[in-house]
Amino acid sequence: MITIEVNGKKLVAKPGEMLLSVLRRNGIQVPTLCNLEGLSPTGACRLCVVEVEGQRGLVPSCAFPVSDGMKIKTHSPRAVMARKTIIELLLANHPDDCNYCVRNGTCELQNMAHELGVRERKFVGAKNKYFIDKSSPSIVRDPAKCILCGKCVRTCEEVQGVSAIDFVNRGSRSIVGTAFGKGLNVSSCINCGQCILVCPTGALTEQSHIPMVLDALKDPNKFVVIQHAPAVSVTLAEEFDMKPGVDINGVLVTALRMLGFDRVFDTSFSADLTIMEEATELVHRITTGGKLPMFTSCSPGWIKFVETFYPDFMDNLSTCKSPQEMMGAIIKSYFSQRENIDPDKIFVVSVMPCTAKKFEAGRPELGTNGIPDVDAVLTTRELAQLIKMFGLDINSLPTDTADTPFGRRSGAGKIFGATGGVMEAAIRTAYYLITGEDLEELKVQPVRGMKGIKEARIKIGDLELGVAVVSGLGNARELLEQLRRGRNDLQFIEVMTCPNGCVGGGGQPICTDPVRVKARIQSLYNIDKGELIRTSHANKSVKRLYDEFLGEPNSHKAHELLHTHYHKRDVLK
Amino acid sequence: MQTATDFALTKENLGAYLTGSLSGDSAKGIEAMLSKLKREDVSKPTIYVGTGTCGLGAGAGKTLEAIKVYLAEKNVDADIIQVGCIGLCAEEPMVDFQLPGRTRISFRKITEDKVPKLMDAMLAGNVPEDLACFQFRSKTLKGWNNVKYMDEHPFFASQTRWVLAGCGIVDPTNIWEYIASDGYKAFAKAIYDKTRQEVCDMVEKSGLRGRGGGGFNTGTKWKLALQQEADQKYMICNADEGDPGAFMDRAVIEGDPHRMIEGLAIAAYAIGASKAYVYLRAEYPLAIKHLQQALKQAKEIGLLGENILDSGFDLEIKIKMGAGAFVCGEETALIHSIEGKRGMPRPRPPYPSVKGLFGKPTAINNVETLANVPTLVRNGEGWFSSIGTATSKGTKVFALSGNVNNTGLVEVAMGTNLRKIIFEIGGGIPKGRQFKSVQIGGPSGGCMPTPLLDTEIDYESLKSAGAMMGSGGMVVMDDATCMVDVAKYFMDFIQRESCGKCIPCREGTRRMLEILTMITKGRKGEHGADALERFQGITQLERLAEVIKDTSLCGLGNTSPNPILSTLRWFKPEYEAHIYERRCPAGVCPELLVYSIDADKCTGCTLCAKNCPAASIMGAPKSPHYIITDKCISCGTCFTVCRFGAVSKS
Repeated sequence: MITIEVNGKKLVAKPGEMLLSVLRRNGIQVPTLCNLEGLSPTGACRLCVVEVEGQRGLVPSCAFPVSDGMKIKTHSPRAVMARKTIIELLLANHPDDCNYCVRNGTCELQNMAHELGVRERKFVGAKNKYFIDKSSPSIVRDPAKCILCGKCVRTCEEVQGVSAIDFVNRGSRSIVGTAFGKGLNVSSCINCGQCILVCPTGALTEQSHIPMVLDALKDPNKFVVIQHAPAVSVTLAEEFDMKPGVDINGVLVTALRMLGFDRVFDTSFSADLTIMEEATELVHRITTGGKLPMFTSCSPGWIKFVETFYPDFMDNLSTCKSPQEMMGAIIKSYFSQRENIDPDKIFVVSVMPCTAKKFEAGRPELGTNGIPDVDAVLTTRELAQLIKMFGLDINSLPTDTADTPFGRRSGAGKIFGATGGVMEAAIRTAYYLITGEDLEELKVQPVRGMKGIKEARIKIGDLELGVAVVSGLGNARELLEQLRRGRNDLQFIEVMTCPNGCVGGGGQPICTDPVRVKARIQSLYNIDKGELIRTSHANKSVKRLYDEFLGEPNSHKAHELLHTHYHKRDVLK
Repeated sequence: MQTATDFALTKENLGAYLTGSLSGDSAKGIEAMLSKLKREDVSKPTIYVGTGTCGLGAGAGKTLEAIKVYLAEKNVDADIIQVGCIGLCAEEPMVDFQLPGRTRISFRKITEDKVPKLMDAMLAGNVPEDLACFQFRSKTLKGWNNVKYMDEHPFFASQTRWVLAGCGIVDPTNIWEYIASDGYKAFAKAIYDKTRQEVCDMVEKSGLRGRGGGGFNTGTKWKLALQQEADQKYMICNADEGDPGAFMDRAVIEGDPHRMIEGLAIAAYAIGASKAYVYLRAEYPLAIKHLQQALKQAKEIGLLGENILDSGFDLEIKIKMGAGAFVCGEETALIHSIEGKRGMPRPRPPYPSVKGLFGKPTAINNVETLANVPTLVRNGEGWFSSIGTATSKGTKVFALSGNVNNTGLVEVAMGTNLRKIIFEIGGGIPKGRQFKSVQIGGPSGGCMPTPLLDTEIDYESLKSAGAMMGSGGMVVMDDATCMVDVAKYFMDFIQRESCGKCIPCREGTRRMLEILTMITKGRKGEHGADALERFQGITQLERLAEVIKDTSLCGLGNTSPNPILSTLRWFKPEYEAHIYERRCPAGVCPELLVYSIDADKCTGCTLCAKNCPAASIMGAPKSPHYIITDKCISCGTCFTVCRFGAVSKS
């Protein structure tokens, strides 16, 4: 341990650690726009500059390792003036349209300008003008609002292993762009939206479906149904300044009804359905010598990733549709027949923690006779916006329960929202399918937690199953490379596109703070713990669906409605 | 080209020869063969044509062809040797002649039309004195009357040519010519007789400092890399010469590539690197060609590759071509570029000596620095530090350009003053104009005014004058130069070449350029708010410069306000004339010029009125015209077309 002096006060630090982390640990806030927890510092924004005795210029605390006896001034007039000037320079090339910006109020640039007391326009000059790229079904890119902090570029490359975007051009003409300046829709982007979560401004936002949903709601000829994903009820509260991890499931249902939706269903129900299909498929693959390891298929970013970068692994993907699509498919078949409503008139909206789900909803193969399974997808953020628009006070709404027949769920379906959740749910049911009994201890500890790659060997009867749980596609890449090199001790692999699974999804409240994400995960497991029904095969509504309509898991009808296929993708075509 | 067998050299005895431990008849035989390549005397007429890029630009290619045609037609037996640039670019194309028994003599401006005259005269043993530039001094050969010796020629007299010793003299495509002039002896001495630590110590003690920018002690830099434990280390030669007006690295690689290669090899040995890169601009095709040839030749005779000269030292040198980004001269950006990434600097520490190319310890030196190393190692640190100033040892090559008579490459001892370089070596200012300023150190450097002409140049003196050594570009400016305009030019360069990564450099340089541009704008079409913004900008200029300097990520950003700061420091009245009086004293900034017609000189020819795009010139034919100032757009057309000198600008 070494001692450094900050603003006249002695602080203890680890040798070689970056100054910024020492400052943060000791409650000294220096602003930064480009620092990303867990990734190596780039020192691009220069906002975290501080005065270090003996150094010629100001040094960036994010990229400056501490050494014994160092003397630092974090808020000297020189440092503060530099920070303020940098913000003023950014503002000089920033559109002055905060009132129209989706990040108004949550914009880091706006906050910093406010904190540093920027009150007048110091630099007047030309601003860069760019077209907004709305080509992607999931993500809207407005380069004019981009401050080139590079967080999206690094997330896309280092966290997700995708590299759909990078810096192009030089000097003040630099922008973050796609290969050859083509639309994001034809790039290698997998629509995960992790870039949105790290963007400090409104340069990256989701493709909004709010107008579509509002149109459907006011159309008297439409029967508008909404489903909400497992990870939404534990994160929505954050948009209303509540503590992270607070579950507002009941209030959410009330709010959705008040917004005017004709039915409110729980995607956790179709998560149970997915488990029935997927566990059956897994058992079938294992017993009949099918393609292994089998990969989960509920994360649409991951699906596009395989189709784009690892098409040789497409046969390893489970053919199951995702819970969102399964729900859409049974709403427009079973539910439509039961209620005698023309599927053409049913408008299915889903609330998802995800931007890639918007892309998934538009996949042509996910529908019947040209009618898509899902018509519109709202992110958690968009739903919060809608609730505010309708003047609903989340804090004083009563609770309610979702509608039959797709409102009932098991704890297994709910934990889909966390990394390892699908695996745990599948193990619970696969165990039952193979042995005819339930696991004694339903909690499968080795697949829980926030590690990027988790592995376990699970004993089911005579069978020993090698399983892996991966979140974040950079980690998936690592595992896929191991498989390419011939690793063969794994039978079942869960992959979630976003780090930590859907609770960290690209459609969630803007934040990548691990403490907050952990609280969200914990909340899901707590819900599961408190449930009476904790396995998908025990969900009576699911059973009833099979009895009345689908027959049995992996039946012909189930295949028709609940399974899909994949195709190889070429980037830039 | 000759092969090793021609010299009875083998991979086994080359090392012994280079270290001087080869004895007996074989050593004498080799010596005799090699000495022919020194051409102390020739057996038949030998013609040297300077075909470096500057020579070729001046027409040396056509000259060469004309000489070949002449020799073929007249059936003359003569050798033609293509050499690099000797540095006197103003006199290109240059052709040297050497007749048996006579000294080598240089001729200037030999365009193809002058070839027959030159050839006729020289082959007849007569010197065409109007074409002669200088002759080389020789103890044994007979000199020419009425021709200055090289050391008497003002351009060369005050130079100390160490780095440029072979440029324009030797055939760059023949490794044996370099070996004949003691080439690769230092390398052999290093790998046979010295430990890595000893080489580093020697270079450190000599006081050799980086010739490409910051001026860090080269030996110290090597030591830092040497001290690192790693399975692989890299040595990089930075040949990404990007400063406008600097071309010494190109001249060395084109004209004497082995000097740089030998320096690079010694450096690689010193830090323990078995792989080295030369990061070379793709815009230098001739340099690339010569370097490729040179590397191939060095490898063929066993001076590169595995187990060099049986010493156990391996070295592979690769060329990586840069795509012309100025910022790739910054070492971390250069490393990214070699790694195949976008050329953007990253924060230091970690320094490249700890974590460099592909994450391995790496040392980076520029071409001129490395080209200093062979002679330094051969002659010892004491020899090297015998010239120079207290803090800066050895010589420095400057690329002299702009408003100076003798443009070209000059190499002088550290501590030589500017007056000597510009007025003696450079031959002063052309067209009878006055010296105004000299811009040193490329875009990051600064402008030095007349009172600083007696500054003895070294790293420290330049820095304290607000300029910097940089890579040694020296742009001379006469009194018809507007310093605001100069600052604008360099600011424009910098803001375009900024990598765009850090905010102060990317956004700040652009605003500084805008503020400068506003200063040079005229009052026409200006609204109240514009004038206010113009002044607002000016009041921000200094703070902006301060913050950019203080916070930018890399050297390019840190020094980017220099063009403004240094001109502001020495030429403040000129700025004030622009700002307060809206007047450009040098008569350069077009919008600030006021044109008028001298009624006494005007003949009323109407030419100006006919050509005026703004219809702002009035007057009846054959009587004096006048300009309506309010309508005039200051385009200068009238000034250009007037045949009587009646239009003046102020």
